[in-house]
Amino acid sequence: MRALNLSYTSREQVEVYRFSWPVSVGLPLLLMALQAFLPVRLHYFRVFDFGLLLTIFFAVSRRSQLSGTLTGAAIGMLQDGLTHTPFGVFGIAKTLVGYGASSIGIRIDVENPGSRFLLAFFFYAVHQAVFVAVERELMGQSIHVNLGHEAGAALANSVMAVFLFALLNRFKIRD
Amino acid sequence: MNLFSRHKNTVVLATVLLAQLLALAVQVKRQTAEGPVRLIRLVTVSTIAPFERMLIYAGGSVRGVWSNYIDLRSVRRENQQLKAESERMRLERAREQEDARQARRIQALLGFKEQWIDATVAAQVIGTSGSENSRLLYLDKGVKDGIKVDMPVITPDGVVGKILNVYGETAQVLMINDPTSGVGATLVNSRLQGIVKGTATGEVQLNYIMSDEAVPAGEPLVTSGGDHVFPKGLPVGTVTKASPGRNLFLDIKLKPAVDLNRLEEVLVITQQKARTPDTTGLGPIRASDILAQHLPGVPPSPGTPQQDAASGQAAPIASNENSAGGAAQRPTPATSKPVTPKTVSPAASGVKPKIAATDGTKPQNAKQGSTQKTNQGANPQ
Repeated sequence: MRALNLSYTSREQVEVYRFSWPVSVGLPLLLMALQAFLPVRLHYFRVFDFGLLLTIFFAVSRRSQLSGTLTGAAIGMLQDGLTHTPFGVFGIAKTLVGYGASSIGIRIDVENPGSRFLLAFFFYAVHQAVFVAVERELMGQSIHVNLGHEAGAALANSVMAVFLFALLNRFKIRD
Repeated sequence: MNLFSRHKNTVVLATVLLAQLLALAVQVKRQTAEGPVRLIRLVTVSTIAPFERMLIYAGGSVRGVWSNYIDLRSVRRENQQLKAESERMRLERAREQEDARQARRIQALLGFKEQWIDATVAAQVIGTSGSENSRLLYLDKGVKDGIKVDMPVITPDGVVGKILNVYGETAQVLMINDPTSGVGATLVNSRLQGIVKGTATGEVQLNYIMSDEAVPAGEPLVTSGGDHVFPKGLPVGTVTKASPGRNLFLDIKLKPAVDLNRLEEVLVITQQKARTPDTTGLGPIRASDILAQHLPGVPPSPGTPQQDAASGQAAPIASNENSAGGAAQRPTPATSKPVTPKTVSPAASGVKPKIAATDGTKPQNAKQGSTQKTNQGANPQ
């Protein structure tokens, strides 16, 4: 919490980034392909949600709610396409995450690893909560939530976010 | 206009969410992936699949170089192990062939028709759904290779799942540990039938077994054939834990016969045929078998050929095509009750007949001949 307070900054100090078209389109495709492929060889990779991490990364880097919303929706729909659930389940969850992450990105410095870790942890929890709500309330599915497993997955995704965001920083272009 | 530009972000968020909610509602109501939904999924899969193929082939090349080196180092030891294993399997095969012949004779006598695997297509797993909530696999074979929806997917160890969607060069497999899957299965020893389904956590469980039944841990399960997807007799898994569950049914956890987390190659059964087992060339038919078939309900009396047969004096007769394709084992001398071909012949032979396809997806939760020995040799594989 202390770290968050220290890194709180005004809008003027916040830098806005953009990404080239090949990165904006190719990166989600590559990461989604990795997410689909890696569990074939390493089944525990199933806990990582690269789509979510990428949604958060794009949202906090661009710092635009409009862009965050649309990016989240697009990545969510892409993820829906790979499952057998109807389109919209991951889409709705990631749309909200994209909007939320970009809203927070306007107010918080998200360049340090601590805030990135907390951001990923928080938004993983939000994503799962929305996902379960959609599955249960809209789809009528009986989803079992294992809180211990979800906490572990949130932790794993947060650690991954720190490294992945550092790697993805290379693709940023200062606006 | 000013109002819109002031709340542009919120309006866009609300619009995108509303559009997705509507799309969700339409899909849930239709329950089938047709029209635009199938098109979007096709585009998604077609976009991601080339990346997956690229990763698979790149990984395969690296692994190939490494494994060639390892192979050279361990080839001698492996050769010795394989020779020993080959000897052991040869002995096992001889024993199982005899069991299989015996089982086929009994099946033919009882007029069973079974699904036999006629053709399979080997496919490589190139991806998953990438989600913990959707247990799917992607294969590198599709419509062009003759794969169709609902075809069973197996490995030599047992059942993997069934084809859910097929695209040009890719197919989607719904694994048995997905909550929306369902496989008709039979417990091998007790012959209880239920439906195998996945759970949200990726475990596999057997449903619809009444709570007053005894299901011991370690009991294997095979497909029952009742779902009209999987051929009868394929290994599904083994019971790991059975405890009283909600309602009237047991909560039975299973260990799948196939390690569903480590699948690299699978077989898609592209052709099945229902046929009565062929018993020609299975050896001579005993007189007692013919009698058991043609004179149902006639009790064996002293001096009849049946008794002679039981005492080992009946002369074997040539195979007769009119005898429903085969004959049952002769009753043992210990069988004192009147015999009928339906009940006594298989039981007296000590072999349990395979239960005919249940012709429905409803589980038949009746214990059928629980004291009889299991007919493993008649596995359609």
